[in-house]
Amino acid sequence: MKSLLKNREILLTGIIALMVAGFSTRAAGFATPANLANIFNDTSILIILALGQMTVILTKSIDLSVAANLAFTGMAVAMTNAAYPELPLILLIVMAIGIGAFLGAINGYLVWALQIPPIVVTLGTLTIYRGMAFVLSGGGWVNAHQMAPSFLTIPRLAVLGLPVLSWIAILIVIGAWFVLTRLPFGRAAFASGGNPTAAVYAGIDIGRTRFFAFVLSGALAGLSGYLWVSRYAVAYVDIAAGFELDTVAACVIGGISIAGGIGSVAGAVLGALFLGVIKNALPVIGISPFAQMAISGVVIVLAVVFNARAEKKAGRIILRDRAAPENKTEGASA
Amino acid sequence: MNAVAPMTDERPVEQAMPAAKTPILEMRGISQIFPGVKALDGVSLSLHPGQVTALIGENGAGKSTLVKILTGIYRPNEGEILIDGEPVSFSSAQAAIDAGVTAIHQETVLFDELTVGENIFLGHAPRTRIGTIDWRAINDRSQVLLRQLESEIDPTIRLRDLSIAQRHLVAIARALSVEARIVIMDEPTAALSRKEIDDLFRIVEGLKRKGKAILFISHKFDEVYEIAENFSVFRDGRAVGHGRLKDTPQDEIVRLMVGRNVEDVFPKVKVEIGAPVLTVERYCHPTEFRDISFELRRGEILGIYGLIGAGRSELCQSLFGVTRPSSGRLTLDGAPLDIRSSGDAIGAGIVYVPEERGRHGLALPMPIFQNMSLPSLGKTSRSGFLKAANELALARKYAERLDLRAAALSVPVGTLSGGNQQKVVIGKWLATQPKVIILDEPTKGIDIGSKAAVHGFIGELAAEGLSIIMVSSELPEILGMSDRVMVMREGLMAGIFERDRLSAEVLVRAATGNQ
Repeated sequence: MKSLLKNREILLTGIIALMVAGFSTRAAGFATPANLANIFNDTSILIILALGQMTVILTKSIDLSVAANLAFTGMAVAMTNAAYPELPLILLIVMAIGIGAFLGAINGYLVWALQIPPIVVTLGTLTIYRGMAFVLSGGGWVNAHQMAPSFLTIPRLAVLGLPVLSWIAILIVIGAWFVLTRLPFGRAAFASGGNPTAAVYAGIDIGRTRFFAFVLSGALAGLSGYLWVSRYAVAYVDIAAGFELDTVAACVIGGISIAGGIGSVAGAVLGALFLGVIKNALPVIGISPFAQMAISGVVIVLAVVFNARAEKKAGRIILRDRAAPENKTEGASA
Repeated sequence: MNAVAPMTDERPVEQAMPAAKTPILEMRGISQIFPGVKALDGVSLSLHPGQVTALIGENGAGKSTLVKILTGIYRPNEGEILIDGEPVSFSSAQAAIDAGVTAIHQETVLFDELTVGENIFLGHAPRTRIGTIDWRAINDRSQVLLRQLESEIDPTIRLRDLSIAQRHLVAIARALSVEARIVIMDEPTAALSRKEIDDLFRIVEGLKRKGKAILFISHKFDEVYEIAENFSVFRDGRAVGHGRLKDTPQDEIVRLMVGRNVEDVFPKVKVEIGAPVLTVERYCHPTEFRDISFELRRGEILGIYGLIGAGRSELCQSLFGVTRPSSGRLTLDGAPLDIRSSGDAIGAGIVYVPEERGRHGLALPMPIFQNMSLPSLGKTSRSGFLKAANELALARKYAERLDLRAAALSVPVGTLSGGNQQKVVIGKWLATQPKVIILDEPTKGIDIGSKAAVHGFIGELAAEGLSIIMVSSELPEILGMSDRVMVMREGLMAGIFERDRLSAEVLVRAATGNQ
């Protein structure tokens, strides 16, 4: 067994390439560099969120509140921008990241200090954060004409042929790779999910590791809040409703184990791109909008089935010694 | 008739039980082979109606494997099981129940949130004519069963409101409800007070009178002599002796149970014992242990022996900061030490190699070198950044020293064999360059060859001046490796014995409280 993950990532790249090739036979120009760059730009926010989600999932947790966090933060920065158009954009971005990180820290605190299961915590805060967005806006919208020009245009500026939004995603991909493979926090995240008990015995504070994973996920959700509002040039309570499930789907497709401890940045990015390609292609090749959701769903389930099978294969080897009674015909392991 | 069948190291002798009644259940030449381990090697056992047979043996002797075969969880590789002289084969747990075998486990496997009646009839609830569950019948029949056990427990209350002894009664009532003829009791007294044990034994007498055959597994000799007629001793997966208890002195059974020439297997390395390194004073835990005091010296191997549940692992875990003691003092190299987390312990130079390496020791999906460097990341990192090259160098050093066999240090630990996984765990802790190393059951579940290597290595570590605490349930290992042995019983220190006073009998007596 060579590294199964490596294979998975190459495989996923191949599948995405095949899909692009297939779609381009139906829709001319689908595979042109400009359109591919466009798809990447469209998927940028999903990529950013999926990387935060992945960090949380690695620690054997889940963050269902990312989309609600995005909606609240997006609303907050949009309203601030509408009220004080003279504030520099960089301040708004820092504010978005700060609010998002704070909301993530609330999740992390509840998981760490009160030992509540992450799925319960974030199901609760998902409703709370969206409710807060409603309270904040009074149900109102912030429209494009209320936003400052820089607020809207900067993510669209083309630098070296790519919009700033795409560049932000690329920077975050590099940053996530660095944090997960080059900082002790990243190693602690893998260890906390791979075997929480062993992590404790190795002197790792699992609670603190999870807390910071949630803070990271929240900060990225906050940043995405600004990016989303700017990209769609509108802020209202229901933006990105249900998008948290896309982030989880991207992780699962990318081979991040829902049980924690297994995954890579490349996997999460490819998982997000996989979804991005499908979402962009289905309308182009003339699939009815009614069928599009169902088809996306089927593809996600297929990816999960594929993933589960791959994990099982790894599992059998791992369990060879401990679960000896279950496969008693196997020979002694060397 | 001979009281004790002769002990042999070949096949166990044929059963020669009292011929008065034919056995209800007979096991002949049963072998159970797991990869790398022969858990049972041609054992035979027979159970007779109206009699209690005590199954005696150290941990790992194969008792629980036998229970699992009898309850249909494992299928043996060789041998046959006969009930009333007819060969049977249990294809599932249900098949064993249908054949009249039932087991009452150490920790009774019942459901806290269900009522007493539901627990008794779960899986075979009486039905009404239209196929729904007949609650009235459940409660009435439960009451009848419990009355037979001289108990007035209300069948409609929830199990969680009962005491442990009462839960045992419910488990026994459940056994009776399926009309079991063969009742296996796996350390049923482990959690009971003396009075509850007396009640339980009255019930066992009642079961005997009803002609049930009972297999009684216990570590406690006084109980065994009190309740059982026959015994069978297991050692290393073999049946090494059986007979009638009233003709057999206890010393004989202890000898059968241990029965090895320890000195031959464990050549003890002579090590100069130095000054005290770790001093533990009146260490207490809210629930698991009390008043533990000992001293550990440089180059010393301190064995900790005791039965399962004696509090040994809990003591070690609190020394390592995983759980906090309620009171007590620690001194390391003469300076007082306050350990609040496992990180503190590692920092102070105390490390713990846990018992279940899969569950506690290793993150199986992670590469070997990352597992090895995990507690040493502070040392291998440079200004807060991980340095893979340093981690690999560290891992390579200890992999060579431990003779680790792996395709590459970057493969997941989960792909290694048990013995090699154990080496990764040990290497990971050695890499932290500790002063005190706590080994919890260091050779549990690994093959004989790896065992010898691990033992040799423990000796080398002591020779290098490390202080070692070794928790083990294997008497030969404890006797062969330790300079001193602390025995724990029910959370208390039952004594500390110097090497020249060590013997299997002394330790077993101290551990079981049988003076």
